[in-house]
Amino acid sequence: MNNKLKTLTKGIIDVSPLMIPVVPFGIIYGVIGMDLGIGPYMTLGLSVIIFGGASQIILLQLFSGGVSSLVILSSVGAVNARHVLYGAVLSEHLSNLRFSWKIILSYVMTDQAFAVSNDYFKKNNKNNNQHYHLLGSGFTCWTIWQISTILGIVLGSVVPEELGLSFTISLTFLALLIGDFRKFKNIIVMLVSGLVATIGYNTIPFKAYIIVAALTALIFAALLTLIDLEKK
Amino acid sequence: MHWSLIIYAGIITFITRFSMIFLLKKDILNSKAKKILSFVPAAIFPAIIFPPIFLDSAGSIDLENNPKILAAIFAIIVGYLSKNIVATIFAGLISYWFLIFFYF
Repeated sequence: MNNKLKTLTKGIIDVSPLMIPVVPFGIIYGVIGMDLGIGPYMTLGLSVIIFGGASQIILLQLFSGGVSSLVILSSVGAVNARHVLYGAVLSEHLSNLRFSWKIILSYVMTDQAFAVSNDYFKKNNKNNNQHYHLLGSGFTCWTIWQISTILGIVLGSVVPEELGLSFTISLTFLALLIGDFRKFKNIIVMLVSGLVATIGYNTIPFKAYIIVAALTALIFAALLTLIDLEKK
Repeated sequence: MHWSLIIYAGIITFITRFSMIFLLKKDILNSKAKKILSFVPAAIFPAIIFPPIFLDSAGSIDLENNPKILAAIFAIIVGYLSKNIVATIFAGLISYWFLIFFYF
């Protein structure tokens, strides 16, 4: 197997366990779209054009609540603002690629793909085809998301809510942080982020609690880093 | 709903993903900035993790009648010891189901 195919396959394999909760999440999204009466084409259209699970559901919720388009778009922007930080982290590894590659990889860059490919990039900096890892992880997310959206549209509500779906999503992200549990500074950053998000969930407008929590936590990260540098 | 709203939302989302990959050139970030950016997963994921665990469906903090907190603690312990992503997810999920069927 050549290196490109090998790296692509590694991306698919690395992201696969994280797809477990994406399937029921996609089904529920499809069901919500149909319940709100926007029809199968628009329900799938959102998944293809936006391709961001949480922001799609928030868009539908706000739309059904009769909220103005400006507020809807602001909320979508706020929910997805975290991708700006992912892009900044990954840019180091992707900056030499062709423009078309940057467009394709940006389109498929999800939380899960970022998490596994960022880890891979850090460990395999010498691999000239490392971007194939993100291609593999990103398109795996894309394919699973589209298929599960279609399942939700066709099958309707087959996922019982008691199984704790939102909790499963929490668990996958928690599992992505296990490498940080041993680092004291990272634990402080994690606690700041989690506390700000929990307190701000209902109080911060436009569902911007994720990016507000992330930036607050990054300020703490910056302070901890600077203190550390001064000690040396 | 108009298709235009979906397309605008798609463009905004794409810009959030594309902007930094497009704008930042190699080695534009110094080592200090890179060090701080290495905290990005730790700064973002807990903001996704915490609210569904600690908040009830009405959006208020629920610390007592809440099996998710115990299941998350169990998942953290398994994750800490095993360093295995799949084991962590299943430890949390299975302990959660166990708790809701037998205790809550």
